[in-house]
Amino acid sequence: MPDTSNSDAFVEFERVQKSYDGVQLVVKDLNLTMPKGEFLTMLGPSGSGKTTCLMMLAGFETATYGDIRLDGKPINNIPPHKRGIGMVFQNYALFPHMTIAENLSFPLEVRKIGKSDREAKVKRALDMVEMGAFGGRRPAQLSGGQQQRIALARALVFEPELVLMDEPLGALDKQLREKMQFEITHLAHRLGITVVYVTHDQTEALTMSDRVAVFDDGRIQQLAPPDELYEKPQNSFVAQFIGENNTLEGTIREIKGDRCVVQLDDGELIDAKPVNVSKVGERTRVSIRPERVEINKDRLQEGAHTLKAEVLEFIYMGDIFRTRLKVAGNDEFVIKTRNAPDQVRLEPGTQIEIGWLPDDCRALDASSK
Amino acid sequence: MSDAATEPDKITGATPDRADNGPVLSADGTPLKRSLNRALRAQKIRALALIAPLLLFVLVSFIAPIGDMLFRSVENQIVRDTMPRTVEALADYDAAAGGVPRDEVFEAAYYDVFFAAERKDHTRLGSRLNYEQTGASSLFRKSGRGIDDIGEVYQDQFEDLNGDWDEARPWAELMGDPDWIAEQEGWDGDGRMPAFELRSEIAEILPRTAETYSIFARFMQREEGDSPLEEEPWSVVHTALYQDLAAGDVSSYSGPRADMLRAADELVASPDFKTISFRDGFEEIDEDWVAPEIWQTIKTYSPAYTSGYFLNSIDMQKTPEGPALRDEDERIYGLLFQRTMFMSLVITLSCILLGYPIAYLLSNLPSSKANLLMILVLLPFWTSLLVRTSAWKVMLQQQGVINDTLVWLGLVADDARLTMINNQFGTIVAMTHILLPFMILPMYSVMSTIPPSYVRAAKSLGATNWTTFWRVYFPQSVPGIGAGSILVFILSIGYYITPEIVGGTSGIFISNRIAYHISSSLNWGLAAALGTILLVVVLVLYWAYDRIVGIDNVKLGG
Repeated sequence: MPDTSNSDAFVEFERVQKSYDGVQLVVKDLNLTMPKGEFLTMLGPSGSGKTTCLMMLAGFETATYGDIRLDGKPINNIPPHKRGIGMVFQNYALFPHMTIAENLSFPLEVRKIGKSDREAKVKRALDMVEMGAFGGRRPAQLSGGQQQRIALARALVFEPELVLMDEPLGALDKQLREKMQFEITHLAHRLGITVVYVTHDQTEALTMSDRVAVFDDGRIQQLAPPDELYEKPQNSFVAQFIGENNTLEGTIREIKGDRCVVQLDDGELIDAKPVNVSKVGERTRVSIRPERVEINKDRLQEGAHTLKAEVLEFIYMGDIFRTRLKVAGNDEFVIKTRNAPDQVRLEPGTQIEIGWLPDDCRALDASSK
Repeated sequence: MSDAATEPDKITGATPDRADNGPVLSADGTPLKRSLNRALRAQKIRALALIAPLLLFVLVSFIAPIGDMLFRSVENQIVRDTMPRTVEALADYDAAAGGVPRDEVFEAAYYDVFFAAERKDHTRLGSRLNYEQTGASSLFRKSGRGIDDIGEVYQDQFEDLNGDWDEARPWAELMGDPDWIAEQEGWDGDGRMPAFELRSEIAEILPRTAETYSIFARFMQREEGDSPLEEEPWSVVHTALYQDLAAGDVSSYSGPRADMLRAADELVASPDFKTISFRDGFEEIDEDWVAPEIWQTIKTYSPAYTSGYFLNSIDMQKTPEGPALRDEDERIYGLLFQRTMFMSLVITLSCILLGYPIAYLLSNLPSSKANLLMILVLLPFWTSLLVRTSAWKVMLQQQGVINDTLVWLGLVADDARLTMINNQFGTIVAMTHILLPFMILPMYSVMSTIPPSYVRAAKSLGATNWTTFWRVYFPQSVPGIGAGSILVFILSIGYYITPEIVGGTSGIFISNRIAYHISSSLNWGLAAALGTILLVVVLVLYWAYDRIVGIDNVKLGG
């Protein structure tokens, strides 16, 4: 078989499919390449196939079709224990009958590493996660966050080049989770390891990753760095799934380069940027981020289309104001404004006019599903 | 770095008021502990009420019988109760030296055996002593029949002197209180008979006669429901009369029937009067009475509590010189205990070996298939124990299914069929089958709580399938093995019905021996002692298990 892989590809999925029952495909035609040292997150709702992908990479599931390559070598037929991939589990999976040090020493023992070497490596790994004093304890004697650190250290102690993490922070409370997010990313960058991280928490995905693969319905909907994912969603699923989003339904009336005019269902016309629409007359769903909606007419471009809106609700949230509007028949239209000294507080019942830069209003497919 | 979880809780808000250095007080000034107790009291009472029926049931049906059993294994009142005079007279008898005891002992034994024979207690005592000395039972039975012969020597002579000595009424007038006689005459046959009372001075003149006559009269009233005014006394009363007349002086007596008594006194004093010593009387009944063995046995077992049953249980016996090992050909219980232990161990091990893979499969199958398999595992529970055991008999016997098949296949010659039943092999096979669910269920419930992620984690860390199983999965399933083993071992150590049916002689357990003593030999004391030892063995094993494995490591589920 000719080597078609990218030269700097470390992990590769090529046309991978997975079915459990022979009736439904859980993963449909997955193609993915990762360079060495990348932190990639698989994000998606439950049942989207992201965990299955991770399990195929780890070797606990076999691909029904397609190739998975690690460092250029196909690994489909290599059993999990020979793949040399570190893995962190959602429930940590620390062996309850072993002490922390024994847990960490386990991967080294099965690799037949000498005792003194083992002890040095265990100590270094424990110090790395700042748990050096806990070697003699049992997992049950540690808090969730501490167990999480140990699980991380155990996945790293045998120096794998690839580490998989399956929702590792899911069981922690919010504050601890945010702290651990930073620790994991710093550690990953410091050690230069490649990480595939699975989560359904989009904030986690955006803050930690070099790139995010958004999964839905067994496919990668978009694979992009976090900022691009947020600002330039490629379809309406991604736009909906990442961050807060306002949508309006309409029909394409005119396409001119990277501008198009959309006629909303109540007859109003707006400017938008065509993303995955191609012809006039096509149904579309335009998406605008709440913080990109402008209520000050002076800041809008000359001749830009505006819409009438009625203020329904004003919510004070400290750093921002969140205002719910009724726009073009949609009464879930939300705008966010910064809490600044000159910022107006919109009273419910007032009529205003809103607009936006055409670049921020993306005309997407009417329905991704 | 430390997590929020490890930081001490910050105490915010008011702390409870404290009296100076005293206990913490609640809002109304009572100690916090007391108000907490008050608040929890209703809850505690409710909890107690909920467990009360079961507690009562367990107490009545479990604790009390066990207590009774423990007591029976040392209790030995029967000798003392049946032969009180003899036990007292034997106080200075040196059992170790042997020999025939003093005449006073025979005298005491005469009275004891006579009364016991009247109460029909002598056979029970005979059976009891027969456990310790073969022949005691028939000796006592014989003595019960022959003991009258001694008294009749005197009874006949008194009767020849005056026929009234064999009449009920004269005796009653001589011995009874006149008021009592009047009451007894007036008694109309309903309700309680007026209790017999001795005449005031008679006990001083004729002490033995008074005592034996009272025993006779009260026995008649209570046991037979007959009036002493109408029943001629036992010959033992005549014997007592003879002894009194020979020893004392009745000339001062002036009460009713004084002439009759004085005539009898003269007869006793005359040289023609025939007497018989108690010793000779007993010798005439059976020569065993003048041999030392029976007396040694009675002496050895005269205390109210005895270690004899326990010594018997460990193949020893009480001898006049102290505890000693039985003869080699009489030892049985040591062997039985060892065999019970050994076979229970083999059964437990077979259950582990057979049950572990099934439990593993059960806990790793999808639930629909696991349910079906579980039904198969539980199937034996829905079949009667006797049916299952009998089925094994059909399978394993020499003309049974397995032998027939082997012969048909030509693996075994027709004249050399395998013996698989009525021996240890049969017991082990049948009991392993019967107890297997008790091993599988705890194992399964523990294994099903082991998350699959442990196995995955081990593999991702580089462990082979075998290392993963042995170092990660197996240690976590040990509590299930422990729970199953304790259950199976303790059940099998006391198992009775299966060894009884398929065990033959070489495959029976100690429990079969206990059952034999309970229902056939009726030696309940020995059965109790054997049972107590079994109980202690189980407790010791449980303790040892706790020390070695730790009882926290036993899980029946969750």
